[in-house]
Amino acid sequence: MLEVRNLSKFFGGLRAVNDLSFRIEKGEILSIIGPNGSGKSTVFNLITGFYEPTYGQVLYTGEDITGLKPHVIARKGIARTFQHTTIYLQNTVQGNLVIAHRLRTKSGIFGAILRTARSRRDEKICLEKADEVAELIGLYGKRFLPASVLSQEEQKRLAIGIAMATDPQLLLLDEPMGGVTDREMGPLVKLIQKINEQGVTIGLIEHKMGVVMSISNRVVVLNYGQKIAEGIPAEVSKSKEVIEAYLGEDYHA
Amino acid sequence: MKAIKSIITNKYFLGLVLILLICLVPVFITSKYLMHIFILMLIWSIAALALNLIMGYTGQANLAHGGFFGIGAYATALLMLKLGFGFWPALIIAAIITSIIGFLIGLPTLRTKGSYFAIGTLCFNVIVFIAAERWESLTGGARGVIGIPQPAPISFLGVTFTFSSLAGMFYLCFFLFLITLIIKYRIVHSLVGRSLIAVRENEDLTSSIGLDTMRTKIISFVTSVFLASLAGSLYAVYIGFLDPEIASHHVTFEVLLFVVLGGIGTISGPIVGTIIVTLLGEILHFLDAYRLVAYGLVLVLVIIFMPQGIVGGIRALRQRMGERNS
Repeated sequence: MLEVRNLSKFFGGLRAVNDLSFRIEKGEILSIIGPNGSGKSTVFNLITGFYEPTYGQVLYTGEDITGLKPHVIARKGIARTFQHTTIYLQNTVQGNLVIAHRLRTKSGIFGAILRTARSRRDEKICLEKADEVAELIGLYGKRFLPASVLSQEEQKRLAIGIAMATDPQLLLLDEPMGGVTDREMGPLVKLIQKINEQGVTIGLIEHKMGVVMSISNRVVVLNYGQKIAEGIPAEVSKSKEVIEAYLGEDYHA
Repeated sequence: MKAIKSIITNKYFLGLVLILLICLVPVFITSKYLMHIFILMLIWSIAALALNLIMGYTGQANLAHGGFFGIGAYATALLMLKLGFGFWPALIIAAIITSIIGFLIGLPTLRTKGSYFAIGTLCFNVIVFIAAERWESLTGGARGVIGIPQPAPISFLGVTFTFSSLAGMFYLCFFLFLITLIIKYRIVHSLVGRSLIAVRENEDLTSSIGLDTMRTKIISFVTSVFLASLAGSLYAVYIGFLDPEIASHHVTFEVLLFVVLGGIGTISGPIVGTIIVTLLGEILHFLDAYRLVAYGLVLVLVIIFMPQGIVGGIRALRQRMGERNS
């Protein structure tokens, strides 16, 4: 579904991502793990057009999407969340989800001023989508509340909901469990699995190893911007390079 | 459901009553001075509503608003005087000219963010002012444009409307004020309006959900200067005289004061702000140039104690009262 070829991003002398190649297959959950600063988020930013690669290519369903603008990539069906929970705090839960479906509607400013049938239909479509996604993320009962009053974990779910309201085929989640207590992780894991079961391919950056190992089909391990291991969770967790990257060279199991 | 319905009908009912009351103003107010103040309030309200669209709702501090107001005013005056256009075609063509200039200025400046956008647009405003002052063959330079004709009477359904009286002018301004208000209201309460607010709240998130933030900002900016031009046109034909000062950054900051004082990012805020500052200006007339000091003081106090302006402040207060009651 998504293929990254020799992807590289240099910030001055820093090689944040270096000659990275991997694929995300249709329907799977692929996790990208690695120590802090290993370039995981940069990879997502490169795929979704927030950064332009120094060199390398991003192919989505066979099409070269390298260097396209973020909104163009989102319209092609790749949605993402951000590492720091990013939602419209001032807006209601419903408002957050309504605007996230705007990209699938076409009515413009003249339609809005004249309140044409199409603009009203578009508003209805977005509202229906918002309710559907609110149901999915378990915030239907709270859809009229401002997003700012939600708990950290609910805000995380809302961020995933915003991405889902864009009708993606590929969903890239940047640390969806970050800052959430172990007890609260259950609903989030279930949500991610449910989304995957609906046929959405998932790319996941996560530090909570228990979660990664239990829900991923495959894992890619980065260190200093390079891929040091790739495979099913059981293989990767035994890899010598991975253990060294996480725990230092002196550690021997 | 019934409760919701009654509130909506109530709201429309109240609006209609308010419109009728305002329509009766020229019948009961005989003071020319008061009528003059009311007409100015309507014109400046249009300008303030326009500025609020790009600044309040889209979060881009446009400091060239006075320049666009001035371009609209000058374009209308020159189209009528030099090319013999009637008021209505001049009004529309001036707005289109202003929009095209706004589009061309928006393209480079809206790429910048925050204070850089403010500085960029302020520079443009200064350029407009200098052009109005120095391009003598077109604008009449510092002497200005004199003798701008009043709009010709129009016949509609057998009734003839004239604009030579203060009352006629009042109705003309009120008509365009209502149109501006409806346009603004409908934009804000639509998906387009939601996009504007989304850009204001978080540009990265907004582009990640597939919205072209640059395009959104341009649309807001051009709509804003289009409406500013309407206000400028009205000013030109009402006052009948223009000098470069009307296109200067002083105008920008005055309209900015209306918006910030009344309540940035609210529908009624700019109107409330315009009314209060205009009244304040008349009351403090004896202070002459020192009025500006008072304005500055008011602005600082509002930003510190009521960052959401008067309307936003009242809204927050009511919310707090509501929470205490429940």
